[in-house]
Amino acid sequence: MLDFCGIALEHPIINGSGTFDAIAARRAFGDALLESFPFAAFVTKTVTVAPREGNPPPRLWEVAGGLINSIGLPNKGLHGFLAEDLPELAELPVPLIVNVMGFSRDEVAELVDAFTERDEVAALELNVSCPNVETGLVMGADPGEVAALLERVTPLTGKPLIVKLTPNAGDVPAVARAAEAAGASALSLINTLRGMALDPGTGQPWLGATTGGVSGPAVRAIALAQVYAVARAVEIPIVGMGGVQTPTDALNLLRAGADLVAVGTESFRDPAAGRRVAEGLGTIVANRT
Amino acid sequence: MTDERTLAPFGRRAAAVTWRARYGAYVVLGCADTGGPRPQAGQFYMLSAAERWGGGEGERPFLPRAFSVLRAPAGSPELEFLVEDVGPGTKRLAELREGDEVLLTGPFGVGFTPPRETRRPLLVGGGVGIAPLAILQDQLFPNAVPLLGFRDGAHAAGAELLIGARIATDDGSAGHHGLVSELLEAELARDSDVEVYACGPPAMLEAVRRECERRGVPAQLALESGMACGFGACFGCVVATRGGYLRLCLEGPVIDANQLAEVSAPEKQPAGATPANR
Repeated sequence: MLDFCGIALEHPIINGSGTFDAIAARRAFGDALLESFPFAAFVTKTVTVAPREGNPPPRLWEVAGGLINSIGLPNKGLHGFLAEDLPELAELPVPLIVNVMGFSRDEVAELVDAFTERDEVAALELNVSCPNVETGLVMGADPGEVAALLERVTPLTGKPLIVKLTPNAGDVPAVARAAEAAGASALSLINTLRGMALDPGTGQPWLGATTGGVSGPAVRAIALAQVYAVARAVEIPIVGMGGVQTPTDALNLLRAGADLVAVGTESFRDPAAGRRVAEGLGTIVANRT
Repeated sequence: MTDERTLAPFGRRAAAVTWRARYGAYVVLGCADTGGPRPQAGQFYMLSAAERWGGGEGERPFLPRAFSVLRAPAGSPELEFLVEDVGPGTKRLAELREGDEVLLTGPFGVGFTPPRETRRPLLVGGGVGIAPLAILQDQLFPNAVPLLGFRDGAHAAGAELLIGARIATDDGSAGHHGLVSELLEAELARDSDVEVYACGPPAMLEAVRRECERRGVPAQLALESGMACGFGACFGCVVATRGGYLRLCLEGPVIDANQLAEVSAPEKQPAGATPANR
C-alpha cells in the first residue's frame, strides 16, 4: 500500500476526472467492474452546484494521437449527485475523490462544505479551469486567483484538497507554488489543452462549443514537461497525467516527479487500461528492486 | 425498470478475423469472439485493428469505431460486422484479412424489443444501417420483409445480407427509383398495424420518424453518433431527446421514436470526413 495525503492506495494508478463513469460502466459491464476495478482510487466527473446539461453536440473530434472534446461538464448538480450518484459510488472498492467546480469562490465553498460532511468522500479535487464570474479570470490561470480561492476553502475542510492545474496558464509552476502556499494538499496535472477543429465542409468550428480540450498521446510530452517543472517548484504530492497509454508512460511521469499517475483518454480505447498500466508498472518496479 | 441488456466482459479483447467477404461497396468481417457473450439484436461493439491502428490519413485512426453487430450465429463464437470504407478507421478495418486480429469491447447498449400488442414488425434500413436488421431478422423476425434504401447499385448489393428485401435506390439502378421512406409510406398506407424497426442515416430516420408519427405507428430507431468509448465514459455521443441529452451508447443505440422531437444530423458535413466514427 502507498500513502497519498493520508489515503491508503493499492497502487499509484487512478483515473483522470471525466474520463471514466463508474456508474455507467457498471451498467455496461456489471459487477465484473467491481471485481477488477482498474484504479486505486476513483475520481468523479466534475460536480457543480447547479445541474448542467453539457455542450451541444458535436462534442468530439479525433486528432493525430488523441481527440478534442467539448463535453461541457454535464452533471446532476450537487443535490442530484448527493442523492443519486454518491450512494452508488460509495459501493466502489476504492477510495473516492470528488472533483468539484464553482463559478465563484462562494460556489466552491458550498461544494467543499457539502462534501466535507460525507464520510464516503476521501478527498476533493478542485477543477479550477473555469472563469470566476466575479473577476472574469480563469481561476487556475492566475496565481492570485488560486491563492484567494484556497484561502477561502481550505479552512472549511479536513479532507485533502487536490488542485487540478490547467496547462492553459502562462506560468504553471507559479500557480502551483501559489496553491501550495495557500494550503493545497496536492496538485494534479495536466488538464486538457485548449484546441479547435474546423468542419472540412463548411470551414466553421466543428465542436458545438467552438473550442475544446485536447487529450491523449498527443499531449504526453507537454504533460511530462509540466509535471517535471511543477515537481521542482513544490513539495506537496503530484498526480501526473497526460497521454498515458503504457506502464512506461506512467513510469516516466513518476520519474518526472509525480506521486500518482492518472489514466484518462486511454480508458476510452480500453476500459481496463488502468489495470493494465498498474500491473505493468508493478512488474517493472519489481524487476528493478 | 429492469435493465436487460447483455453485459460486456470488462476490458478489451482480441478476436481473430476468420473470414471476409465483399458485398458491393461493403465488406463483411467475421471474427471469432471466444471471450464474449452472444449479443442482442441492436447492440454494438467498439472495434479497432490490433495492428496499424494509427498512421493512416492525418495520422488517424486513434479511437475505436462503433459497429452494430450484423450477425451473431447461435452456438458459435462468431460475430459479423458490416464495414463501409468512408474514413481512416473504416478503411483500416475493411482491409483486414483472415488471420488478422481486431480488438473489441462490447456488446454495448440496448437493442430492439418485441413489437407492442399484435403488431407486425416492419424493418426499414438505409446504407450501412441495414446491419442490425440482419441479426434482428435472424433472432426475432424471420418472416419480416425488410425495406432497404441505398445510394446506388454497388451499395444495393448489401441487400443480399437480408432475406426477401425490397429495395429502393437513389439513382434507380436497383428496385424502386427513390427513397426507402417512399416504400414505407406505401406499406403503411396498405397496413399500419405494424411496429417499425429502422436504422440508417439521420435524414432517412427522420423521414421514418415523421411518417410513423403521422400514422400513429410505434417505431424503434437505431441511431448513430460519434463516440469515443461505447460505455458511457466520454459523454461524446449524446443525442437531443424530448427529455434532454442522453448518451446513445448507454440509453441507445435503439431509441423509441416517441423520445425524439426529430432525428438531428450529428454530422454537419458529407460522409467520409466525420471525426470520431468513420
